[in-house]
Amino acid sequence: MSSEHTSSGLNTRHLLSIADLHRPDIDSLLNLGETYLDLSVQKDARHNVLAGKTLINLFFENSTRTEKSFELAGRRLGADVINMSMTTSSASKGETLLDTATTLNAMSPDLLVIRHSASGAPALLSQKVSCAVINAGDGTHEHPTQALLDALTLRTKLGAIDGLRIAICGDILHSRVARSNIQLLNILGAEVRLVGPPTLIPLDADQWGVEVFHDMEKGLAGCDVIMMLRLQIERMGASFVPSKREYFHVYGLDQTKLEFAAPGALVMHPGPMNRGVEISSDIADDPDISLITRQVETGVAMRMAILHLLSQGGA
Amino acid sequence: MLNQTKKLAISNARLIDPKSGMDMHGDLLIEDGLIASFGDNLFAEGLNPDIENIDANGMILAPGLIDMRVVTGEPGAEHKETLASAGLAAAAGGVTSMVVMPQTNPVIDDISLVDFINRRARETSPVNVYAAGALTKNLACKDMTELGLMSEAGALLFSNGDAPISDASLMRRIMAYSSAFNALLAHRAIDPNLSTNTVAHESDFSARLGLASAPAASERIMAERDIALVELTGARYLMDLISSADTLPALRRAKAKGLDVSASVSINHLALNELDIGDYRTFAKLDPPLRGEEDRLALLKAVNDGTIDVIVSAHDPRPAGDKRRPFAEAGFGAVGLEMLLPAGLTLVADGQLDMTAFLKAVTSTPAEMLGLPQGVLERGAPADLVLIDPQKPWMCDEGNLLSRSRNTPFDGRLMQGAIITTICAGKIVFDNRNA
Repeated sequence: MSSEHTSSGLNTRHLLSIADLHRPDIDSLLNLGETYLDLSVQKDARHNVLAGKTLINLFFENSTRTEKSFELAGRRLGADVINMSMTTSSASKGETLLDTATTLNAMSPDLLVIRHSASGAPALLSQKVSCAVINAGDGTHEHPTQALLDALTLRTKLGAIDGLRIAICGDILHSRVARSNIQLLNILGAEVRLVGPPTLIPLDADQWGVEVFHDMEKGLAGCDVIMMLRLQIERMGASFVPSKREYFHVYGLDQTKLEFAAPGALVMHPGPMNRGVEISSDIADDPDISLITRQVETGVAMRMAILHLLSQGGA
Repeated sequence: MLNQTKKLAISNARLIDPKSGMDMHGDLLIEDGLIASFGDNLFAEGLNPDIENIDANGMILAPGLIDMRVVTGEPGAEHKETLASAGLAAAAGGVTSMVVMPQTNPVIDDISLVDFINRRARETSPVNVYAAGALTKNLACKDMTELGLMSEAGALLFSNGDAPISDASLMRRIMAYSSAFNALLAHRAIDPNLSTNTVAHESDFSARLGLASAPAASERIMAERDIALVELTGARYLMDLISSADTLPALRRAKAKGLDVSASVSINHLALNELDIGDYRTFAKLDPPLRGEEDRLALLKAVNDGTIDVIVSAHDPRPAGDKRRPFAEAGFGAVGLEMLLPAGLTLVADGQLDMTAFLKAVTSTPAEMLGLPQGVLERGAPADLVLIDPQKPWMCDEGNLLSRSRNTPFDGRLMQGAIITTICAGKIVFDNRNA
């Protein structure tokens, strides 16, 4: 692995949305992410590019994999990492987001990773702090680092994303992962399809550069990659779908529905999975089909690349 | 046993196919439950004497009726009506296919109930029976049912019975979700806030009677809402039991926009008006309420010009004890399986209803909406047929009804036009030739 990956930062100061990135930024991020995929590079102390810098993980929503992934990425790059779980701190005592921002800014962090249940919260925060802000998931808006790690997973597995036919399936309406992936995969030249019940796909999604399907057989036809999304159980109570068993019957990925896709199609899921609701266990656990574990592995490398390039300061 | 083909011939009939507009003199041959052939002088060569022949004497032979709105009491209220008794009443009324509504006990809101209806009907009913699944669990207007699984189990239609879904967000989701299966949704256009606890049409007449009444606007408000939601979601929507002239402009606008919106009307609302309540006659207490004469005339016109697609019996059996009560306390509804065709023929004889428009609205149009092969007089179609004497005068006597309940507002009325023979899947299921 070469270590001449130190490109000159990104064209953006923050990573709030895939729309912040130009194609060269995306290529730099994916290239550097690929370098960091090598564990010996990850653990090499010479890559302590964040030594002396402070990374604050500010999670207003519970998270396991994303928070730990950022923490590990920060530590492997030599940063001082502080995790603030805002579900149990001053935010729950009534402090507003902007008050929290002022408080944090006084600690002079270099990188701020935020997850929040309100769409647009990271953008608001970014206006009030003097460091780089990374969106780790905001409401039903975006989750750009997940999209980047998904792209890196696909690139390392299949070589190129250009020309792939990719179906994103399930609850698109409430998915920030889908919104980021649709943009990124389109930029990278994939043919993106959305498949799900009409209640879980935004009304005007056909204007997002995708083709919309409500039928798995038609939607998965010829797909090289299937990205399954988590169906939140509370959607049943609100009559988005009638029941888990009907959802699995019509939209859950099992061997029968996988047959509709191209031979050798690969399956992804951002996690956490509902086995037997959106995906059957035999598919989720089949290493020849499922990239789900690989997505988690790739997450740390991708986030190292993101932290690394954003810490160099952008436009 | 040898697998012999079963044949039945009908000769010297006026063959009417409402779908194609065919109206000709001729004969028809049934083989294995299907229409094998028909035409003028089909039996010119003479008919094999082993084949049973019905001489139609020039009477009308038309496709059997398809009734899209039948309430029975099975399961849960078999004292009112069973699938077997409703089947007998249907056969006597020339109805060879009926869709039973989900307001049973338990409600048809699950695949096991759809299976139950299909199995019981196969075992006990002489005519075809199809299940309508509920739109919400237990018809409670809270949670969507498993529309996809029930569709696969054979539910042809989805309805919330007589309970309108006032929650627009829930209705929107049901409409959007169902569009993935291209399911047909029937919904009562009633604004519950305006109509709850009312028993009559709001008018000078009901005010004099001192009856709590709902304005026709109740129907129009919900119809307009539903049409807006259809526009948003692309659902297939049937406005169930339209009753007021005020609703028709909304329906016409929706159709002009190309939305998949259709409407049904009950035969009661074409034949009767609010004055039939008369001296608090509870047998004319219906939901929606009988409205003014101008409403009735507007509904007839809308059937004749095709604005209203389907005429139904709105068969709703009620035991006498439920009807012989003070008007406000009596149950709603009337039996109709045996009255749909005669009451329609009477309107045709009076020149109020066009024969082809009427027959279309009870045969080919419901068949198309439900995706059924019957409802047409075509070679290869199921031999579901009705032989009609369009002139025969008779008086309706509730004592002669085959339905287990006899709550009909037509009791004592003079009718013109009677059912002579009903054939379902090539078998004679009702025969009144010798009466």
